[in-house]
Amino acid sequence: MDTKRQYEVVFIVDPTADDEVPKLTENFSQIITDQGGVVTKAETMGKRQLAYEILHHKDGTFVLLEIEGSGKEIAELERRMRVNDRVLRYITVRVDEDRRRADKLKDRRARKAAKRPAPGEHRRRGPAMEFAEPAGE
Amino acid sequence: MASNYEDRQRGGGGGYDSDDDGDRRPMGGGRGGGRRMHRRRVCRFCIDKVDLIDFKDVKLLQNYLPERGKILPRRISGTCATHQRMLAEAIKRARNIALLPYTTD
Repeated sequence: MDTKRQYEVVFIVDPTADDEVPKLTENFSQIITDQGGVVTKAETMGKRQLAYEILHHKDGTFVLLEIEGSGKEIAELERRMRVNDRVLRYITVRVDEDRRRADKLKDRRARKAAKRPAPGEHRRRGPAMEFAEPAGE
Repeated sequence: MASNYEDRQRGGGGGYDSDDDGDRRPMGGGRGGGRRMHRRRVCRFCIDKVDLIDFKDVKLLQNYLPERGKILPRRISGTCATHQRMLAEAIKRARNIALLPYTTD
């Protein structure tokens, strides 16, 4: 794999094991680094209510990890999280493709705006020129 | 927008109108459905120039999830196809990690 992939991993920690959150985050980050990935961001989103019960839990602590790597470390991380019963749920989303696409769109928009500084100018140009031509002769 | 949709559900008594006409003409059948005039709807995401809809942005996504917890159809919200696709994907991800409900009650 030549290009690095970017992932966002969100996992929910059992609220009764709240004090283990930093340790768990540290653990998971370690797994990623061991596998050759890079953790670009580790952020605790805090304790919040779950929209539905998971294993009879009504709330949980949400943690967000942003990871850069080949994809191999994600497999290992997910395996660990599946086994760990402190983790109620996790989701991994690959974000690099969507972000690239968003950047491209933003770029294109910026270029378009640069080409056409005054909005509405473009619309008037056609017919106005034709009227101007015979008047000049 | 959202409240508008809910009004219709309660007033019309029939959920979404199944004729896929985008509600251009007033609904003749439903009780109280006829008086709503069509108004040009535009995609809010296009206006705000949103390129990416984040599944963690619960506040935003909740606007497109009426009482029942179903994804608001774009014929109601006016969202463009591209953004509706992104929105639906984000809502489904948010549901997966219990940020949003699959159903309510």
